[in-house]
Amino acid sequence: MPTDDSPPRIEVQQTPEGRVVLLQGAWTAANLTVPAAWAALTAQFDGLRGEGGPAAAVVGEVAGKSGQTAATATGRWSLASIEKLDYLGAQVLWNLWDHHWPAALLIEPEQRVMLETVEKFIVRLPPARKSSWTEPLLLLGERLLSLIDHVKGLLRLLGQLLLDILRLIRHPQQGPWRDLSGHLYHFGATALPITALVGFLIGVVLAYLISQQLRQFGADAFIVNILGISLIRELGPVLAAILIAGRSGSAITAQIGVMRVTEELDAMRVMGIARGFRLVMPRAIALAIVMPLISVWTTIAALLGGMLAADVSMGVTPSFFFNALPAAVSVSNLTLATSKSIVFGLLIALVGCHYGLRVKPNTESLGQGTTASVVTSITVVILVDALFAVLFKSVGI
Amino acid sequence: MTATTEPVVEIRKLWTVFQNGDKKSVVHKDLDLTVERGEIMSLVGGSGTGKTVLLRQMLGLETPTQGEITVLGKPAAELGKRGAASRVGMLFQQGALFSAFTVLENIAFPLRELNSLPGALIREAALVKLQMVGLPADTADKMPSDLSGGMIKRVALARALIMDPPLLLLDEPTAGLDPESADSFCDLLRSLHQGMCLTVVMVTHDLDTIFELSTRIAVLAEQKVIINDVPQKVVAFEHPFIREFFLGERGQRAMALLTPSPSPI
Repeated sequence: MPTDDSPPRIEVQQTPEGRVVLLQGAWTAANLTVPAAWAALTAQFDGLRGEGGPAAAVVGEVAGKSGQTAATATGRWSLASIEKLDYLGAQVLWNLWDHHWPAALLIEPEQRVMLETVEKFIVRLPPARKSSWTEPLLLLGERLLSLIDHVKGLLRLLGQLLLDILRLIRHPQQGPWRDLSGHLYHFGATALPITALVGFLIGVVLAYLISQQLRQFGADAFIVNILGISLIRELGPVLAAILIAGRSGSAITAQIGVMRVTEELDAMRVMGIARGFRLVMPRAIALAIVMPLISVWTTIAALLGGMLAADVSMGVTPSFFFNALPAAVSVSNLTLATSKSIVFGLLIALVGCHYGLRVKPNTESLGQGTTASVVTSITVVILVDALFAVLFKSVGI
Repeated sequence: MTATTEPVVEIRKLWTVFQNGDKKSVVHKDLDLTVERGEIMSLVGGSGTGKTVLLRQMLGLETPTQGEITVLGKPAAELGKRGAASRVGMLFQQGALFSAFTVLENIAFPLRELNSLPGALIREAALVKLQMVGLPADTADKMPSDLSGGMIKRVALARALIMDPPLLLLDEPTAGLDPESADSFCDLLRSLHQGMCLTVVMVTHDLDTIFELSTRIAVLAEQKVIINDVPQKVVAFEHPFIREFFLGERGQRAMALLTPSPSPI
């Protein structure tokens, strides 16, 4: 930043009493941080040290090389012609003197106070902690314990959810219905365009790639079977779940996390409002309802895309596609996909709430919690999907 | 210090109008205010009189509808440039510490961003400032989320002062602090003001702080500064707001501080 003051510099004068170093210009933060000025000044420092004898500690290095005689500190110094001095300037000067008062010093009382403050407060930072061989082991243990902690937390949340649902069944008039409908809209209705788009495109891509392979065998008609089974049974539900995990899972964590940061959660607790019943349950129920619907919607979009691509690339007409689909895909696949989606929805909501409730009251923790929530819920969705695939491998195929 | 007579902050014919739908609300109307070098000025006014807005306008964070604000001889809008930390320091109400940085990194941040000084020097300078605001050196490695309210204010103050700016702006410096911390924060401000040739402008509701620190009080009412003078004269000024604010029960108590009058600079 340009300033009106002249840049800081030093000047050496030979007087009958010996060498005197005169400080000139403004030794202020604004001037010292101008790169050119700083470079010029360091060059002058080096020159000074070169004249004074063996080079002392480089300015700016953490000083305290006490064994070395400070060549720069032995001369006579004058601050009489300095324009301005501030704490940064005093710091630079003090380092130049290698943390000792020079033998002879001409200085204003105010400037002396400043330098004394610097002298008083300068400390060496404690050295960085050394790592030992046990550290990786400890880290592993820590990770394991935190994993167990997360699993426990999720289980507790699930148990609480069941109790809350029982309570809701017993006293339906107390239920947070308005909340529920709001969540249904936000998690479900507003997700329709994006899930349809992604589903459609995946369907097109998949059908196009498969058609290339099938044509080699002349098994064009089997595209209906492959697309039908893979989209309805696997891809539709998983795709929808991953999109919703990214979209709504993160939103849930962020909402609840912000409530923690702003102490709203504590306020609810003080009022005697159960956060499980009021915050977790409506979200879990909403996602459990929305997820299968979104899954069906995504599957339909993907099938439409696949049908279009099959028609264009192989001439498999939509009417053939429609007729062949019921024969290729048994109804139990639909049941499986729907029940899978309900579980996905519940898990996404629970993971989101879990991380949201664990947010510590600071903004950084909020960001970390949201990231961890999305990553975990997507991982959980895929893990559970694999579990379903193994358990129900004989159903519907 | 070079003796310049030029005021640090000069506000001329300032208008601030907030457009809310089709409703216009005029907050400032032909407002004039001058802050001279070395003063500690308190901006006082009822809620909604635009004290914080005025402070933000001095920082160039908001643009007034009309009128000009000159800070240190330059328009306020040009303040937010490289190295602005060496011209003006601001203590935000909540501290505004960067939550991803440690205390020391927070304090060193303005210097380090300039990328011209060696890292060790910056760290040492930050450590000196940390201790100047009355915190022990081992606070340096803590994260802002581990600090108490009073400590956050102190760290924020150290960060505002890292480049020794001549002008320091404070938004409710003692709000949210317990009386003891508030008192020690006032002491700290006073000693820094003397030691660093600071000019201070603060917005506060805390009468104790006002009477303990300020060398001048500017009262905002009726969309302008109705009086800008030394505390004794402001208290004697005849105006309903001043009567209510200073001469109420709380005011009387705080005014006891005025009797061994702090010598105005």
